[in-house]
Amino acid sequence: MEEALFFLAAIGALGGALGVIAMRNPFYSVLALIVHLFSLAALFLLLTSAFVAAAQVVVYAGAVMVLYVFVVAYVGGGGESAWEPVPGQRFLAPLLGIALFVELSIAVLSSSLLALGEDGAEVKAGFGNPAAIGRLLLEKFLVPFEASSILLLLAAVGAIVLAARRREGEVGAPDEPSPNREEGVPTSPSPTAGATP
Amino acid sequence: MTTDWFIVLSALLFATGALGILLRRSPMVILLCLELMLNAGNLALVAFSRMVGNGQGQVFAVIVMVIAACEVVVGLGLIVAIFRRRLPLDVDDLRELRG
Repeated sequence: MEEALFFLAAIGALGGALGVIAMRNPFYSVLALIVHLFSLAALFLLLTSAFVAAAQVVVYAGAVMVLYVFVVAYVGGGGESAWEPVPGQRFLAPLLGIALFVELSIAVLSSSLLALGEDGAEVKAGFGNPAAIGRLLLEKFLVPFEASSILLLLAAVGAIVLAARRREGEVGAPDEPSPNREEGVPTSPSPTAGATP
Repeated sequence: MTTDWFIVLSALLFATGALGILLRRSPMVILLCLELMLNAGNLALVAFSRMVGNGQGQVFAVIVMVIAACEVVVGLGLIVAIFRRRLPLDVDDLRELRG
């Protein structure tokens, strides 16, 4: 039963990951990532870490992916050009990916961690539930917890500064095409260019 | 399931994310592939936490999730800013620092 669940979730996670890199449209990539995240949550449940699985579904597959969907809908999914700046990138990249996988597997499996081949330590009934994680966060890891909250605040402020509409008169106002900007593009044929004597 | 299955799966997912970063050129998809790699790391952390029977690795995974959320917020803010300036959304065209 456990093996069947593991392979089901592993196939879901791997298929989602491959879907992310194979889809042409970024919107479908986001949907594939949601499949991947749900499969990972199932794997976390198999590892008896209920809180991480719940946070994965609620925070990642819920909130973060909604942000992605909004930005994809705003920017629009333009197809990528087929032009390759590095010749043979399409063939070299899978080789490098396979090499990375083999290297990581050798590094982990050939280490002398004897417990890797076992089922894991015996754990008590409350292992990984929200109470245990909350106690660890607020007793042992209070400083990282507070530091991550400050980091979240800084990220929110930074995103507002980055993405906010510039006020008029500011240099490089992106929404109103300034005259400097249009003169700086010589290749775009302006409709009034031919009418001027 | 023994721990090594989870670790090998995590290595496979990490390699898939790295492959996506090497192959794709849209900044949005590259951010998604970064998510794949961070999640593979999370899976390894949780698997090792289960292996030693200690919950501290799961706290680590939760903090990694927070970092990933911050990275997504800043990255998507950058993408929206690039789009507003009508620059091409292609990492090979954005190789200069001046906009």
